[in-house]
Amino acid sequence: MAYLEDTRRRSAEKLTNAQLKETPDRSSIRPEWWGTAIIIIAPLVIWEVLARSGKISSLFFPAPSVIFLTSIQLITSGKLSIHLGITLWRVFIGFFLGGISGLMLGLAMGWSRPLRMVIDPLIAAAHPVPKIAILPLIMIFFGIGESSKIVVIAVATFFPMLINTVTGVRQINPIHFEVAENYGASLNKILTRVILPGSLPMVLTGARLALNIALLLAIAVELVSAQEGLGAMIWLAWQTLRTEELYVSLFVTAALGMILNFLLQRITLYLVPWQTEQKI
Amino acid sequence: MIGGSNLGLTCQHLCKTYPTRNGLITALDDITFSVKEHEFVSIVGPSGCGKTTLLKLIAGLSKPTSGQIIFNSGLSRHQQRTALVFQEHGLFPWMTVLDNVAFGLEMYGMPKRDRRDLAMTFIEKVGLVSFANNYPHELSVGMCQRVGILRAFAADPQILLMDEPFGSLDAQTKQVLRQELLRIWRENKKLILFVTHDIDEAVLLGDRVLVMSGHPGHIREEIQIPIHRPHDPISEQQLELTEIKWHIWKILEEEVLKSLQMPS
Ligand SMILES: Nc1ncnc2c1ncn2[C@@H]1O[C@H](COP(=O)(O)OP(=O)(O)OP(=O)(O)O)[C@@H](O)[C@H]1O
Ligand SMILES: [Mg+2]
Repeated sequence: MAYLEDTRRRSAEKLTNAQLKETPDRSSIRPEWWGTAIIIIAPLVIWEVLARSGKISSLFFPAPSVIFLTSIQLITSGKLSIHLGITLWRVFIGFFLGGISGLMLGLAMGWSRPLRMVIDPLIAAAHPVPKIAILPLIMIFFGIGESSKIVVIAVATFFPMLINTVTGVRQINPIHFEVAENYGASLNKILTRVILPGSLPMVLTGARLALNIALLLAIAVELVSAQEGLGAMIWLAWQTLRTEELYVSLFVTAALGMILNFLLQRITLYLVPWQTEQKI
Repeated sequence: MIGGSNLGLTCQHLCKTYPTRNGLITALDDITFSVKEHEFVSIVGPSGCGKTTLLKLIAGLSKPTSGQIIFNSGLSRHQQRTALVFQEHGLFPWMTVLDNVAFGLEMYGMPKRDRRDLAMTFIEKVGLVSFANNYPHELSVGMCQRVGILRAFAADPQILLMDEPFGSLDAQTKQVLRQELLRIWRENKKLILFVTHDIDEAVLLGDRVLVMSGHPGHIREEIQIPIHRPHDPISEQQLELTEIKWHIWKILEEEVLKSLQMPS
């Protein structure tokens, strides 16, 4: 009798399980995308018409078709990929250095109350300073070469990573530490089975913030002090009034930001399968 | 004695106070009792009387303000292996059901393959096989509670501490898990402390029932259940059990009324 009850319940559970695992059909195009497409395409068409008919200055607003041809030219000549590559390299190295150190210190501060008490005021004082403002100071220490640029980016990414990691560790439910302690978990196990996975969602949010800030800082630094990189390309195009090139580099910068965000979002979904709601 | 080392435990004059913004809260006041090896003790008491606090002290998760807990094994509170089934299950959201059940074994250093096989045998017993690779947020509250119980069962502790483990389960599942608990207790000679709100359950499972009163929490009465399991449905014994239940009911009623009148 009890067994019968049990099997019946078991099959009922299988059913709900199948329902739970059901995922929305990805192949169909969502109707709201049509709306987005129209919002993007319509102004482009209007722009093209106005530029060609001479209603707006084609020096400042070259027709989209001209911009498109310029971009092909920039791609085939390899000029664009050199600038893009340099910016990407700066973003990644800066993000890596700043992110890793922010993560490490964040884990330590989240774990240790004394450490948190000592370092917190320093962070509170240093965090609000706009990082681009300290570029000259960093140049005094690191010279005007590549390293000072990367250090600025690293410093700027350090803070969001640190703050999110500390919050991530602190918001872990104490009961999880109690369970681990109850089964005699070693410090190593507490770190790898409780603290790291418990803080991971917040850490990844921090990583996304940090990556965006890294891109922002890379472009800013290149605008003020570089010969190469997307920021330098934008500035040079502006100064020589090659506006087609200006638009191309702006577009590539925007696309780069979008792609990086999309990638990190994918990585987050992959690494945090236990969170249902997809926070955007 | 069968089974070698003696696994009983004694609590002596345990007190626990919590500092809060509004001053000290005395959760437990002068708790003294002992539990014999292979004894099943139920604990009942009004909400907030310190049952959870007591189990956490014994599990070594917090320190008593005064008094001590002595294990007959001679081990300290931290050395003595215990497994606590938490009232609010305490599953790790980032682990699958299987890894949650195997968690204790993982901490004890069992290799991955072995602990997963062992955990799976427990999961099979409560009809959660098709959920073994799901995460806790995909389970109902009752299912999570079952997984929490399995985590403790799988770890196979000498001392099993259970904090209202069957609270949100349906009658059938409760029945299955009670049988399983009694089987594990009988076969593996465990010491079990079992907190519950359900008087029937306390009397059905326990060799002895500790009735607690609150504010501050202490043990008001210890009641020996004279009937040996399995409880035969003989009318005389039923009558005796009913009397015991009635007695516990009256004490709890009084205590609950007292605690409801307390200005908080
Ligand atoms: N961490 C804490 N800080 C302050 N006070 C606490 C803490 N934990 C428990 N208490 C207090 O100790 C008393 C006993 O709490 P406990 O959780 O042990 O009760 P309980 O008997 O398990 O209740 P329930 O049946 O509702 O689970 C309560 O008055 C509670 O307010
Ligand atoms: Mg409780």
